[in-house]
Amino acid sequence: MGKMSISNLFNLLLQPFSYAFMIRGLVASVIVGAVCAVVGIYVVLRGMAFLGDALAHAVLPGVALGYLLSGGSRDTLFWWALAAAVLVAVAVGRISKHAEIREDTAIGILFASMFALGIALISTVRTYSVDLSHFLFGNVLGVTTRDLILTSIFGAVVLLTIFLFYKEFLVLSFDPVLAATLRLPSGLLNNILLILMALTVSVAMQTVGVSLMVAMLVTPAATATLLTRRLWQGMLVSAAIGAFSAVTGLYLSYYFNIVSGSAIVLTATIIFLLVFLFQPRRGLVWKKR
Amino acid sequence: MYPHIHHQPDQPILDVLHLSVTYDGRQALENITFHLHAGERVAVVGPNGAGKSTLFKVVAGVLPPTSGEVKISGFGPRGHICIAYVPQRSQVDWRFPASVADVVMMGRIGQVGFFRWPRRADWDTVHAALEAVDMDPMANRQIGELSGGQQQRTFLARALAQEAELVLMDEPLNGLDTPSQEAILSLMDKLRQQKITVMVATHDLGQAASHFDRVMLLNHRLIRFGSPQDVLTSENLLRAYDGHAQLIQVADGTSTLADTCCDGEDEHQ
Repeated sequence: MGKMSISNLFNLLLQPFSYAFMIRGLVASVIVGAVCAVVGIYVVLRGMAFLGDALAHAVLPGVALGYLLSGGSRDTLFWWALAAAVLVAVAVGRISKHAEIREDTAIGILFASMFALGIALISTVRTYSVDLSHFLFGNVLGVTTRDLILTSIFGAVVLLTIFLFYKEFLVLSFDPVLAATLRLPSGLLNNILLILMALTVSVAMQTVGVSLMVAMLVTPAATATLLTRRLWQGMLVSAAIGAFSAVTGLYLSYYFNIVSGSAIVLTATIIFLLVFLFQPRRGLVWKKR
Repeated sequence: MYPHIHHQPDQPILDVLHLSVTYDGRQALENITFHLHAGERVAVVGPNGAGKSTLFKVVAGVLPPTSGEVKISGFGPRGHICIAYVPQRSQVDWRFPASVADVVMMGRIGQVGFFRWPRRADWDTVHAALEAVDMDPMANRQIGELSGGQQQRTFLARALAQEAELVLMDEPLNGLDTPSQEAILSLMDKLRQQKITVMVATHDLGQAASHFDRVMLLNHRLIRFGSPQDVLTSENLLRAYDGHAQLIQVADGTSTLADTCCDGEDEHQ
């Protein structure tokens, strides 16, 4: 009986991966989950959640343009997304320098209008609804080998850059005035961080889609900051939570026929809630006592 | 990549010459001129919005002057990494995932340099700095777990680790209990022995009078700068606080002054 249930469990866990597209989807989700979660630590600590959301949505017109020009082919979409995200990241960097209007207002205007433009472009194609839903919510099962290679390369670039500038980003996030008194090139470092966010967003588009991206950036990172006391620990824990949510979400998606992006985000949210309620010493449950 | 200009011993550590700062169309500082010498301890007092934080940020080289000059040992502040700015405690995100040692190490990244990791010697400097402020046993605590006085001492240790020669402190004694205030003040004595110059923005005129060599009375313009007895007179204070304060004449002729608001808001977000 015991043996039976163990082998059943193995079957349950392994069965989805008898399909090559499921394995590709799984690997892509794990990379995306971990990279989003590490970058997300900065998003959470620097209060850039809204910017992250805007960046994700602002990618849509770029993707739409690529989609129209290539006649519905998806091979070049990654590069269109990347170009759009970097463009918007740089534009946002400029906006926050010239404070004629409040930064969040500026981001709000930019983000909604770019999103509207993207939908307008896609809606000119008659069969747009399926493709649009893939852009909005991701299509993890459509990950090709080529996508997987691009995801790995750019994911590695993001993580390596964070590793190289770890102490500079730490100072910039904790105390911008110290960064200035130490004569760090704050403007340049801020732009690098924005471009890292842009890379992350374009890498994650295929897997989680535009609409739920912000959750991948913010939720595992927020969970990790509740559990850790140092930045690098937070990054490791966040990456682990992001990757775990991706795997679990994919199983849920397979067995309950849920859209994968939703399943991944909901898993991450449940982990957050559990930690928020039960974390040692600081959790809500402990405070009641 | 991190320029560090060497100092000439006979020069003042800080020269501020006809400094004016305007922003958002308002004049924050107007034609300020003064000099500080190594090891001096100066209190900067004035009402809220008088430009104290602005002055500190210009001296630290964080904010450019609109006109006039700031010189650190004869050179512009942007060449130096020997100026430490200790922020108001209300300006710091205490939930940030960093240990006490992490925060102090932040002061050293100029010496460590790009694409390098802190070496043994850097960690030794960090622990020596923590020892100097009596915080070494707390090195691994998360900064949010500290008391106000310990938080302030952590930032002083950061200034030491940075090997700062000019330390600018914004309201360091605000909200601390008396023993913690005493601890910070006695640490300032230690800094003086090391010839480190300290500028402190404060609301507490009593402390300014009793613990500082010189007092600067500021309200956009430099009202007076000199010894506490010369500066903290009723006439000067009334000029600086123009009506926004109550002046209480005490029997022996000294005057005390109560500022009408004391939250010490940052003047430029």
